[in-house]
Parts: sequence; structure tokens; C-alpha cells
Amino acid sequence: MLRTLARRALQALVVLIGVVLLIFVMLRIVPGNPIETMMGEHANAETIARMTKEMGLDQPLLTQFFRYIGSAFRGDFGTSYSLGKPVAQLIGNAFVNTLLLAVFAAVFAWIFGITCGIISAVKKNRLTDRIFMGVSLLGISLPVFMSAMFLQYIFAFKLHWLPISGTDSWTGFILPAIALGWNSAGQVAQITRTTLLETLQEDYIDTARAKGRGPTGVLLRHALRNAMLPVLTMMTIQFSGLLSGAVITETVFSINGVGRLMVQAISGRDIPLLQATALLATTVVILGNLLADSLYSVLDPRIRKEG
Amino acid sequence: MEQKTLEVRNLTVCFRTEKGIIRPVNGVSLDVPAGSIVGIVGESGCGKSMTARAVMGLLRYPGKVTEGSVLLNGRDITNLTEKERRKLRGAEVSMIFQEPMTSLNPVVRVGKQVEEAIRLHTDCTKEEAKARTLEMFREVEIPEAETRYKCYPHQLSGGLRQRVLIAMAMICKPSLLIADEPTTALDVTVEAQILKLLEQLRDGGTSVLIISHDLGVIAKVCDYVYVMYAGRIVEEAETEVIFRRPAHPYTQGLFRSVASLREGGSTLETIPGVVPNLHRLPAGCSFSLRCGECDARCEQELPELKETEPGHKARCFRTGKEAAE
Ligand SMILES: Nc1ncnc2c1ncn2[C@@H]1O[C@H](COP(=O)(O)OP(=O)(O)OP(=O)(O)O)[C@@H](O)[C@H]1O
Ligand SMILES: [Mg+2]
Repeated sequence: MLRTLARRALQALVVLIGVVLLIFVMLRIVPGNPIETMMGEHANAETIARMTKEMGLDQPLLTQFFRYIGSAFRGDFGTSYSLGKPVAQLIGNAFVNTLLLAVFAAVFAWIFGITCGIISAVKKNRLTDRIFMGVSLLGISLPVFMSAMFLQYIFAFKLHWLPISGTDSWTGFILPAIALGWNSAGQVAQITRTTLLETLQEDYIDTARAKGRGPTGVLLRHALRNAMLPVLTMMTIQFSGLLSGAVITETVFSINGVGRLMVQAISGRDIPLLQATALLATTVVILGNLLADSLYSVLDPRIRKEG
Repeated sequence: MEQKTLEVRNLTVCFRTEKGIIRPVNGVSLDVPAGSIVGIVGESGCGKSMTARAVMGLLRYPGKVTEGSVLLNGRDITNLTEKERRKLRGAEVSMIFQEPMTSLNPVVRVGKQVEEAIRLHTDCTKEEAKARTLEMFREVEIPEAETRYKCYPHQLSGGLRQRVLIAMAMICKPSLLIADEPTTALDVTVEAQILKLLEQLRDGGTSVLIISHDLGVIAKVCDYVYVMYAGRIVEEAETEVIFRRPAHPYTQGLFRSVASLREGGSTLETIPGVVPNLHRLPAGCSFSLRCGECDARCEQELPELKETEPGHKARCFRTGKEAAE
């Protein structure tokens, strides 16, 4: 099992390096000089040339790449063109907010999603099921900005229970977390319900009942553990998605997270910043997949022993 | 009077489907005397498993027992609440299902799954339960019990899984074991071992109800046989009697197809036609559609299950003549 894990980790590392290279090359072959964009239309050619040289942009691509990798290992991702601050620091600050938002959203999504999924499966086709599945579907189909504004209107504007935006206190994270997590919650609820219902049809459920287990025992000890396997994979991947930044939610609730930072980087053609945010998003997704894989093999003995 | 472990009286199971109500089990009565092995035989879909599930109280939605009664050791359990039923399941009456490959929970160690059965019904400690499980493993002849205890189902062969399931069913020493196609998924050598094991259990005091579509299995272990067709018992007798003088044309057809198989003839003799759709059963005898000897009366009137000779019953108007032949 450890060997499988090590192999997976190695694969992930190779993918990561590939992606970094790709991002690096792509950002450099798109037309237009970033320095010109940065300095504005009226900068003179001499200054542009000097800046280009200073930033090493006149060097061959490969040299630039290895320099970048080298300093990245030392935690130096360069300086943002548009904000004039070290990229590492900018991302560090933004990532704290994104992390908090993601954790809040995920906790909400999983508790809500799994509970609804289980109850829906147990009360299949009854009113409770219909309501829960309706709410889930709404979460999946409603665009995030709609649910965000809807929540803002009710809980902040009308009821004044929670702050309308900003992250001065942790309560500021609640509404955005729900807005953001609703979608994931819906997905989790639906897949939990579906797999649980499927699992309850399995032969070993009959066996469990035949030995005298009651409905609760059958559900908790036999059905749920099997049904959670696909759900868990989905949740891990969702979480890495949440961690790579949620542009719309961050914008609507004015949270300075990775998503907004990325938008800034794009509009400013801020190559160092863009590079680093893209790198962060990729890393998180790759790690998420790795985690999902290994969790799956921990929980499913059939996979554990193989490979 | 001899003791009866199980008495099923006029049991009827209804299924409400989109196309109407069907009765996969229709007025079935059967007995399992204490210390015996009784078989139910019939083609696929004739309602064998449904009968067993009804006895266990484990019918799947929308199946429902609508008529009849089930007596376990003389006690009527038909109208027990689900909670009371649960106390009997696994303790007084156990069942092993058709598919050993999928009947064990894939993510729980088999030892734990067996242990669960005894811990549900007694308040023994963990250690006692484990000791009892290992003992049971040895009893059902699982080699290297200690190692197997820690295995997951996918690490065991079909035969071993079936043994684990038998161990689980037997750990509380129930008075009745229902085995639904216990050997269908297994190869011939393993089949023989499992059947021998079932005989040992019978000798140990547990009555066994075996369900099978395989007359060979029935012949090897059963003391008494019920033949089922389209939800009804069509013939019953002691195994020896039924094998020597099958009375119902359906039973005769079953025997002929087995015989032609065994002789390895180039033509496999089968009963013509298929099991009738339960939605469109004929007004008379259910077998009339496929029967070579059917006449106008058979098509109109449902024959009773009546004696053709002492201790031998068949549901056919023509059995007198057939039996004499
Ligand atoms: N959910 C259901 N809805 C409608 N009919 C059903 C349903 N489940 C089973 N049946 C019908 O009930 C009948 C009896 O099924 P049962 O499983 O008892 O057959 P069986 O004799 O055990 O056959 P096999 O040898 O294939 O296991 C079948 O004809 C089947 O079509
Ligand atoms: Mg069956």
C-alpha cells in the first residue's frame, strides 16, 4: 500500500512539473509585452527595454524557467507587476481567506449533503425526500451569484443576522460558505441518496437483516460504509476545487481570496502573480486527487491489497 | 405426533406491480419436521426464494404476505412485529442467500461479520464472541480459522464464503436453516462438501429447508420434497417416492430433462415452453400451457393438491393414470 502511494505521489509530481512548464510557456507565447501593459501606453521604448532586461524577460525561455523553479524552491515567486509586492506574500494572505471559506463551505456541504442524502434515501419518494432533493437540485442549478445575493438579501439585508460582506469576523464567512457550499451540498446529497439506495439493494444487506440487524444497524454498519466510497471521492475533489479559489463568491462578498487575486493577475497581465496562482490551483487539485485515491484505498479493502 | 420445526399454511405473497397484482407465492403449505432436510424444487422464477423470504419476514418492497400463516416450533410468527421478528432472525431461524459471492459485506472482515450475529442475540463479551466464531469456523471446516477470521470477503473463494455464511447462520444454533440455492454458484466438489456439511448440521439438531432448481442436490440430501410451479406446490412426497414415481407431468418433465443431461445425449430434452407470466396465468392448471396431456378440464379448472397414494400428493386431474403407468 505504501508503495502504491509512493508511486501515485511520484506521478503527481511529474504532472505538476509538466503543468508548471505549460503555464510558464503559455504565459510567454501569448502576444503583447507585459511590460508595456504594465507601464501603460505612454511609456518610452527605452524604459521598456530596461525593465524587460531587469526582469530577465529577454533571456531564453528555458533559462527563465529554471531560474523560476530555482527561486520557487526558495519560496520566492517574484514580485507582482501590478501590486508591487512579493507574490508569495500576496498569495499567502489571500490563501488564508480562501482556506477559511473553503473549510466553512465544505463542512456545510458535507454535513448538509450527507444528512439530506441519507434521510432522502430512507424516506424515498416521500415528501421529505422530495423537499430535500428539490433543495439540492436548486443548489446545483442556481448560479452561485444568485444564491449569494439571495442569501445576502434575506440574512444580511432583511434580518441583519450576519454581515453583508467582508471578513472582519468569522461570521462574515457564514453566508459566502453557504452560497458556495450549496452547490457541493446538492451534489453530495444526490450522490449519497443514489449510492445508498443502490447499496441497500445489495445481497449483503439481506444477509445483515437475516442475522437480526434492525434498520438502523443495517444502515449505519453495512450500507453507509459502502455507499460512502464514491461520495468521499467526490468530496475530496470538491474540496480541492473550493481551495483553488471561488471568484464569484469572493467578489460578491468582498473577500480577498485567491480567486480575486487571480482575476487581478489576469486583467493586469501580471505574469508572476498569474503563474503562482495557477500553480497553486494545480497543486491543490493534484493533491486532492491524490488524497481521494489514497482515502479510497484505505476504506476499500478490495483496492488496498492490489497494485 | 412428530415435532415440526416449520409449518407454513396457505401462504400467499402479493406483489402490486404496474400491470396489476401478482402472486409469486400462492397458497403454499409445507412442513419441515424436526431433524429433517426438506427441499423445494422448481424452475427459475417459480417463487422458491419468495417463499423463503416470506418465512423470514424479509420480503422486499412491494412484496407482502396477504394470506396464510407461518409457525416456527409451533408458535405462530405471522403477525409478529418487526422488532419481535428481528429477535428470531439469526437466532431461531437463519437463512443463507443465493449468491455467496455477494452476500458478504465487502468492507468488513468476515470474522467480524460472523461475530456480529452472536453479539446481536446474546450479551457475550468480545472475546467470547471471537472464540465462538473461531470454533464455528472450525465446525464448518474453514481451514486456518485464525487467518481467515481477519480476511475480507474478496480474499476467499466461493466455497469458503459459503462456509462463512453458514457459520454466520449457525452461530446461534437456530432450529431452522433456510438455504436458498446453497450450491448453485459452486463447483461440483465444493457442492458435495457443502451438502455434507448441511447433513452434519441436520444431525446436530437443526432442521434444514433447501431451495434448489437442481434435482441432483435434492436427491442427495433431502428427506422430503416439494415441487413448485408458478407459485404453487404441484407435488410433494418423500424423496425416494417422488424419484421413483413422479406423478405430476411437470415433475416428470423435470426428471426427463435431468436424465437426458446425464446420458449426455445429443438432444437435451426440456419441458417445452416457459414458465407462464404471473400476470397471465391460465384459469385452470398453471401447467396446462406446457403440458402434453392437458385437456379441456385442465384449462378451465384448477386441480386440488390431492393424494395419489399414501404420503404422496399431486396437483393434477390425471395423476391416477400417470402413477399407475
Ligand atoms: N419486485 C418484483 N416485482 C414483480 N415481480 C417480482 C419481483 N420480484 C420477483 N418477482 C417475481 O416473483 C417470482 C418469484 O421469484 P423468486 O425469486 O421467488 O423465484 P425463484 O424460484 O427463487 O427463482 P430463481 O431460481 O431464479 O431464484 C418471479 O416470477 C419474479 O418474476
Ligand atoms: Mg431464487
